[in-house]
Amino acid sequence: MEKIFTRPEVLYDLPTHYCPGCGHGIAHRLIAEVVDELGIREKVIGIAPVGCAVVAYDYWNFDCSEAAHGRALAVATAIKRVHPQNIVFTYQGDGDLAAIGTNETIHAANRGENLTVIFINNAVYGMTGGQMAPTTLLGQKTSTSIEGREKEKHGYPLKISEMLALLPGVCFIQRVSIHNPQEVLKTKQAIKQAFGNQINNLGFSLVEILSPCPTYWGRSPKESLDWIRDVMQKEFPLGRIK
Amino acid sequence: MIERIIIAGSGGQGVMLLGKVLAEAAMRLGKFVTWFPAYGPEVRGGTSHCMVTISDSEIGSPYIDKADTVIILNNPSFERFGGRVKDRGLLILNSSLAKAGINKRVDILQFPFSDIAIKLGNIKVANMVALGCYLFKKKAIKINLMLEVFKFMAPAGKTNILEINEKALRSGEKLANG
Amino acid sequence: MLKKKILISGNEAIAEGAIQAGCSFYAGYPITPQNELIAYMAKHMPKTNGVFIQAESELAAISMVYGASAAGARSMTSSSSPGISLKQEGISYIAGAQLPAVIVNIMRGGPGLGNIAPAQSDYFQATRGGGHGDYHLIVLAPGSVQEAYDLTQTSFDLADKYRIPVEILGDGILGQMMEPIELSSAKIKAVTAKPWALCGCVERKPNIVKSFFLREGALEEANLRLQKQYEMIKKKEALFEGLFLDDAKVVIVAYGTMARIAKSVINQLRSSGEKIGLIRPITLWPFPEAAFKFGNKKRKYLVVEMSYGQMFEDVKLVVNGRQEIEFLGRSGGGVPSEKEIINRIKKI
Repeated sequence: MEKIFTRPEVLYDLPTHYCPGCGHGIAHRLIAEVVDELGIREKVIGIAPVGCAVVAYDYWNFDCSEAAHGRALAVATAIKRVHPQNIVFTYQGDGDLAAIGTNETIHAANRGENLTVIFINNAVYGMTGGQMAPTTLLGQKTSTSIEGREKEKHGYPLKISEMLALLPGVCFIQRVSIHNPQEVLKTKQAIKQAFGNQINNLGFSLVEILSPCPTYWGRSPKESLDWIRDVMQKEFPLGRIK
Repeated sequence: MIERIIIAGSGGQGVMLLGKVLAEAAMRLGKFVTWFPAYGPEVRGGTSHCMVTISDSEIGSPYIDKADTVIILNNPSFERFGGRVKDRGLLILNSSLAKAGINKRVDILQFPFSDIAIKLGNIKVANMVALGCYLFKKKAIKINLMLEVFKFMAPAGKTNILEINEKALRSGEKLANG
Repeated sequence: MLKKKILISGNEAIAEGAIQAGCSFYAGYPITPQNELIAYMAKHMPKTNGVFIQAESELAAISMVYGASAAGARSMTSSSSPGISLKQEGISYIAGAQLPAVIVNIMRGGPGLGNIAPAQSDYFQATRGGGHGDYHLIVLAPGSVQEAYDLTQTSFDLADKYRIPVEILGDGILGQMMEPIELSSAKIKAVTAKPWALCGCVERKPNIVKSFFLREGALEEANLRLQKQYEMIKKKEALFEGLFLDDAKVVIVAYGTMARIAKSVINQLRSSGEKIGLIRPITLWPFPEAAFKFGNKKRKYLVVEMSYGQMFEDVKLVVNGRQEIEFLGRSGGGVPSEKEIINRIKKI
């Protein structure tokens, strides 16, 4: 029988530490599949975030670095400048990329650094216990937006991808989701394009992935996927932003 | 007196809460008490534990090396903490998920807490079934005091959970009574 | 009659103590092991009409505290080791501008991202200013959850009295452990207006908050003002706890959680007749030199820390070669156990 689907070579055969229903597992696998298909394992250097995916490097069979919270794009900028031949990507959550790291994110994009950014948007801070994120939705309850996010007190969910699209140095931004198999496939295509852009020296590419966090959304894994489909993507529309 | 208790299970099994209700009850009896959590990187699954020390005099370190009682709710925790009971101490084990062989060194109470909890209507109260066993065995804290603690600690507007938690507590007590 | 106690964690006790002291502004960012503090502030500050902001980073939070303080509010931020490193520039500005502020560090293992286990490895950073320039913070090291609650209130008073940032130095054990405490039954402290604060120059000359002094000699004058404050603080505000110092042959020197563990050791050894004592600094800056006055007694010191020897250096400086000092420490999340301490004392 023909084998049509298998674990990507670059993804270690290890159970992950993520919660049941978390989106990180899917995102890690898609990146691994893309690295396999593009044949770039020995060129890739990944930068892990501070957040639930802080040990992402435990799951991938290629060079990786950690970065201080939010500074991944500064670290990535330097690595890419020192090794232009390598494929350097960051894997960041909403706090890492759009709260503490906003400065580094905007300036790496503005410099048009030839980097690939995988941005996992789950609208909450998971690792530290469910606090509000820049992308938390209005009305969404978290441990630091107890009555729900209010625009007067907490401002609006941050559309960092739309903001970055204004910068000339950015060549590709797409927002995708993983709430059903078709969307998972689209996510893989976007990731492949973002890596392909770097290989072709086309500039800063970012894929924003709407991802579930059942634990801190207070929903079951299935309810979480439905929430992305019915609520989250209305606030964060899917599609090509740049 | 001093009673050192380690409670371990997976994230989501209510390990921390079990320790907290014990600590609150002990405080109401006028004891010195410390509660101390330890987390792994996993928010769910894996193993997390807390340490509760109850004493008649000031408590130094909240860390417990060898405990008087160890309450274990899942298998990875059994592998990690099974040996932390001191000689002639008490091991309370959730046999739905982990099984202990015969052991002459410690006193073992093992019952299928998760299965019993499921029968009662919610697997999440397995921790309170275990607590019922503990309270019966040690006798220092009365069930009525514990029920007051439950009422005090129940989140506002969620008093409907008190019923199932009480059922779990009493069924644990019955189990230990044999 | 048993006074009413509540079971509370160190992190939450600090938060509650701050609110009790009239803290009306808090800015912070999540980081383990102090998340319970920020969550408590998020829940309770609005009840007293205080301002709670989860800032975009620790860097932003310290500048928010600078602002709130400049405006005359009692303001506080909290973090853990890596986040406190981020705040150092802002803290230097707060010190230079002579603003009161309270900064809470619930220490964790380092360096770098380290781990989330407790440590006492930020002593140098806290007691040597931490950021650039010749300045100091008052550093308070609570040894129990009750003391964390009490000292937090003291910290706001000291900050206002001397117009100085005050750091509360805890660790992951103190922050996350729960024990019973008594809450104050007093009303929340009313904060007096500050004549130097920024609130609009209504019928007065404008107030300027700054740490920049370009005119020749001006910065030196500003520094001398700071040094004068520091001399007064050293004279008046040093605090320590001493146990069995009259007859101790070996004196353990430890602070915070390490002192709790040391007390257990001392109880055990004393009950078998060993002459062991304790010096527990409560202010780490100013360092309580008076605790080390020993007259003609012959004694040895054993400094025990969750570090590789930071307070040890201050003890050496004070003792100045007159007595022997030994050190026992573990770091990176390792905690010297009672057994390890006892074994070490036996060797002394």
